[in-house]
Amino acid sequence: MDAHTTITGFVALYIFMLAAFTGYEIIGRVPAILHTPLMSGSNFVHGIVVVGAIYALLNATTMLEQGIGFVGVLFGAANAAGGYVVTERMLEMFKPSDKKKP
Amino acid sequence: MNPNLIIDSSYIAAAFLFIYGLKRMSSPVTARSGIVVAGWGMAVAVAASFLYVFGVSEEARPHLWVNVGLAVVALGVGLGWAWISGKRVAMTAMPQMVAIYNGLGGGSAALIAAVELLGGHATGVVEQVVTVVGGLIGSVSFAGSVIAWAKLDGRINKTWRIKGQQLLNGTVMLATLAVGLYIVFGAQGHAPAGVVILFFAGALVFGVLMTMPIGGADMPVVISLYNAFTGLAVGMEGFVLQNPALMIAGMVVGSAGTLLTLLMAKAMNRSVSNVIFSNFGATGDEDQGDIKGSMKPAEAGDAAVQMRYASKVIFAPGYGLAVAQAQHKLYEFVKLLQDKGVEVKFAIHPVAGRMPGHMNVLLAEAGVPYDIIFDMEDINQEFATADVAVVVGANDTVNPAARTNKSSPIYGMPILNVDQARQVYVIKRGQGKGYSGVENELFFRDNCNLVYGDAQKVMMAMVQAVKELGE
Repeated sequence: MDAHTTITGFVALYIFMLAAFTGYEIIGRVPAILHTPLMSGSNFVHGIVVVGAIYALLNATTMLEQGIGFVGVLFGAANAAGGYVVTERMLEMFKPSDKKKP
Repeated sequence: MNPNLIIDSSYIAAAFLFIYGLKRMSSPVTARSGIVVAGWGMAVAVAASFLYVFGVSEEARPHLWVNVGLAVVALGVGLGWAWISGKRVAMTAMPQMVAIYNGLGGGSAALIAAVELLGGHATGVVEQVVTVVGGLIGSVSFAGSVIAWAKLDGRINKTWRIKGQQLLNGTVMLATLAVGLYIVFGAQGHAPAGVVILFFAGALVFGVLMTMPIGGADMPVVISLYNAFTGLAVGMEGFVLQNPALMIAGMVVGSAGTLLTLLMAKAMNRSVSNVIFSNFGATGDEDQGDIKGSMKPAEAGDAAVQMRYASKVIFAPGYGLAVAQAQHKLYEFVKLLQDKGVEVKFAIHPVAGRMPGHMNVLLAEAGVPYDIIFDMEDINQEFATADVAVVVGANDTVNPAARTNKSSPIYGMPILNVDQARQVYVIKRGQGKGYSGVENELFFRDNCNLVYGDAQKVMMAMVQAVKELGE
């Protein structure tokens, strides 16, 4: 990527630190009933790795890199799509007692 | 317009949508919309990533169209396969699907690291160290998740243990780390392909060795741990690629997953290191002392009639309920009891099912509303006031030995206090032991009767018995 988004040293540490607290806060207040969907949901979120794999594949120069990049994108895409479908199916089923109540 | 500006804006949007989506997922009321929000974040980021075609390096330019074609095919195949398999999988088999999707994510992060190391793209010691560590964690997560999947899916039934296992694991780990150190400091990031392959092979072998001895009962903790691992690996590769979306999403999952792992391990009264390094379940063959009393059978119809005239009934379902596919019949029976004025509640142990909250999902699938389902700590004191407690397909989570018997491998695990109810019925296939292989003292108590049979058939008999009573 171009130099204008260079993330080095301490800036990276700040990003990691704030992101870590965000993750901690989100999970910390969740009722146990949602633990499985949330694990699955966070599993979906790290499917973003597919974006990195696409970058690596687009910049591949050798057959070996192309091969690895191809599998990387394949895996990442499966992670994202599978995580989404499974989470959505689970959450769709959570309904309160009184469905008729507006 | 500058494509990099669009890419960067879309990453900010994706990071926001992920965090906002996860936040919405943390309440049952808004959870459904949360995943959709996060889904849009993903779609935006993936679409924008194709704008990289405008910024590829000079060396990659001649290959660009081949690369774009490969990316589109890989994206299509991966998406299509996962979408269909995700739609088809039964809810009972969900933990292993989460494991496999998670493993693929870890594998993807490891492959990014491999490209960086093979191509010598990573410059600077910090970048190289992060690449190597991320690659290591991603590979371990990949190999471990595949083993976890195979175990939960019943493809590997044996827990594989050998003498000196930990010594072997430690040796493989140290050897892999040594190769990693050589790549960074010995070869200055330009290690020959053979060395890089050796490094990843070592990491994969370690992932397998680390997971093989872990028993099935501990798999939820392990899957959650690998989920956190993948998050960390993704975050690290994000740093190497200078991609803030990967950094933020990866780290959020890394910390959320770590906390979730700790919560799960705590619910089972085990520490995470205990799960990974001790061989739980190996004690199953040992003598656990004699248990007084005898197992007393009961007819499904009689049990149902007693519940019909009770004022409060609490159900404690376990994984066996889902295996028998009896959730729907159970809820039919519950509705029948509710019509007769019986107060019915569900008590869920934190590790009921194969993952924390898995049982809630399975009950939700049957249409049970979430406001009559209670977590263990919220309902445990209510068992003393319940006329009947019904255990369906659960075992270790209701074993009083966890409170008293210090020699029991499950000693110290918090359990549902079903034994405090006036009458306990246990619906069970046969006289077998629980998942941990421990004999259950509850079954021998005076106030406990066992209803033998397939959970679904028992439920049908119970519905029938109550209906025959009429008003």
